[in-house]
Amino acid sequence: MRTDNIQYRIGKSKGFKILTFVLAFACMIPLAAILFFIIKAGITRINFHFLVNIPRPVGEKGGGIANALLGSVIIIALASFIAIPIGILAGVYLSENKKGRLAYWCRLSVDILQGIPSIVIGIIAYFWLVKPLGGFSAFSGSVALAIMMLPVIVRSTEETLKMLPPSLKEAAFALGMPFHRVIFKVIIPVGISGILSGVMLSIARITGETAPLLFTAFGNPYLSADVTAPMQSLPLLIFNYATSPYNDWHDLAWGASLILLIWVLFLNVFTKLISARWKVQL
Amino acid sequence: METSLQAPVIPSPAVKDTVSIRKRIRRSFRQIRMESVFKQTLAIAGLLLVILVLGILLTLITQSIPSIRLLGLKFIWGSTWNPVKDVYGAFPFLLGTLLTSFLALVICIPFSVAIAIFLGEYYPTGWFADVLKNAVELIAAVPSVIYGFWGLAVLVPMVRALEARFGVDQPLGVGIFSASLILSVMIIPYAASLGRQMIRMVPEHLKEAAYGLGATRWEVIRHVVLPGTKSGLFAGILLSLGRALGETMAVTMVIGNSSILPKNLFAPGNTMASVIANEFTEADKTVYLSALIELGLALFLVTVIINIIGKKIIDRFTNE
Repeated sequence: MRTDNIQYRIGKSKGFKILTFVLAFACMIPLAAILFFIIKAGITRINFHFLVNIPRPVGEKGGGIANALLGSVIIIALASFIAIPIGILAGVYLSENKKGRLAYWCRLSVDILQGIPSIVIGIIAYFWLVKPLGGFSAFSGSVALAIMMLPVIVRSTEETLKMLPPSLKEAAFALGMPFHRVIFKVIIPVGISGILSGVMLSIARITGETAPLLFTAFGNPYLSADVTAPMQSLPLLIFNYATSPYNDWHDLAWGASLILLIWVLFLNVFTKLISARWKVQL
Repeated sequence: METSLQAPVIPSPAVKDTVSIRKRIRRSFRQIRMESVFKQTLAIAGLLLVILVLGILLTLITQSIPSIRLLGLKFIWGSTWNPVKDVYGAFPFLLGTLLTSFLALVICIPFSVAIAIFLGEYYPTGWFADVLKNAVELIAAVPSVIYGFWGLAVLVPMVRALEARFGVDQPLGVGIFSASLILSVMIIPYAASLGRQMIRMVPEHLKEAAYGLGATRWEVIRHVVLPGTKSGLFAGILLSLGRALGETMAVTMVIGNSSILPKNLFAPGNTMASVIANEFTEADKTVYLSALIELGLALFLVTVIINIIGKKIIDRFTNE
């Protein structure tokens, strides 16, 4: 190290500390701007009428986002229904088999799945489901979202179960419990908090996804609960209405954005509370 | 993990009732059968993930064969994209993707590294750090379509005013620069949180030794902490890059969606992801659709390679 003047060195150190502070907190400016703007533009739109009505055609004031809310709930519920069992089973498999060829390839697959751009998953769901079934459907959207949920659930299940003390399982085996009962009655109940936070995190992640739904659920201006037909979802509605040239529709999209933001934040806070309550490390 | 292979319950001499013994034996055998069935179920779930990834790769390859066969290398270097005349040159999109991603990366790196140093070294705990940590997580949590909408409504007019001031002809606001700005905000959390973890892992005694030699705080960071976390920070930046390359919605909304080769940074353009999002449902010809899927295949391969390299670096780093 150079033998500069000590005052200069201390000054330099302080200077960099201040620079780090400024840069670190500068990233909060765009975040605050986004939150502030969405809340300001969306809050006036939201009322009971907004939540229970479907969008009106261009030119008419009012209208709501009931079709998108219902669609989002159905699509996400169906996606969770598909992804959660497979994800947890695969996570258990990985935590039980630390070595082995299949486990290696499975782990690699999870890493790959995590990195796939969401638009590519939309293409895949289009070719696997939309084309063979002959039309856009909410179900194909759910499958696309389920594929996006899988890596998060598998990872969190594996990481949680790996951290459990082996003595727990050994004790259960010593009592003569068969393997599947050890998993279902001992391992999963003990690790449920970590698994649950992973599931919540994955739901939070797919709630705002638009790209995989563009060619699958496609969107629908009317209220529909038919999973074999096109269905609207919140992010799709925001995308379609935000890029439209009509001011009424922009207003609708602002209201929908605020609802979506609240929904996603709620899921994130809930995940945090779960992991804080049981001291899970995600 | 070796599991208990339960032996069937051997009837003890004390149990006289042969019916109950038979029942117990049968039950034990059923449990054993269940056990192997369950193990197979687990393995099938694992196998399913591998099949899923292979299936995705295979689908992308088979569906893009018409375009690969017909267009060949022209696809990559051709700079005109005109589906009406059956001319498919993807160079404008490749350039658009690379420009937006790298520009976003350049903008975001100072902020990400600053957050990583702040949370890893200066203030690892305390309410001050909690606020920043939550803010960073919030940035990652906000859906990309909301970033896009905000960008369209707030950022684009600002960029347009900026362009008018600098005398860019045709100040549109939408374009590569706006897309990069939005992207740079969105990818901050990935590099920052990984960098923070890596900086926290620098052994305390190394830092103390440097302090003992009379180093200032900055000199410790510069000469001890950063060299030790170089590869970790690099991995974080790679993961951020992977995110930026594949990001679709926010970019689609602010980039202007023009298939003409962008002349400067403020010109509207298109990225690989945004052109797929825009034109996939309109593609009526086999070659057109196939060309779009080939873009998807390229995107898939690039992001997968970047992510795996990043993961490998992290694994090596955490195992040391």
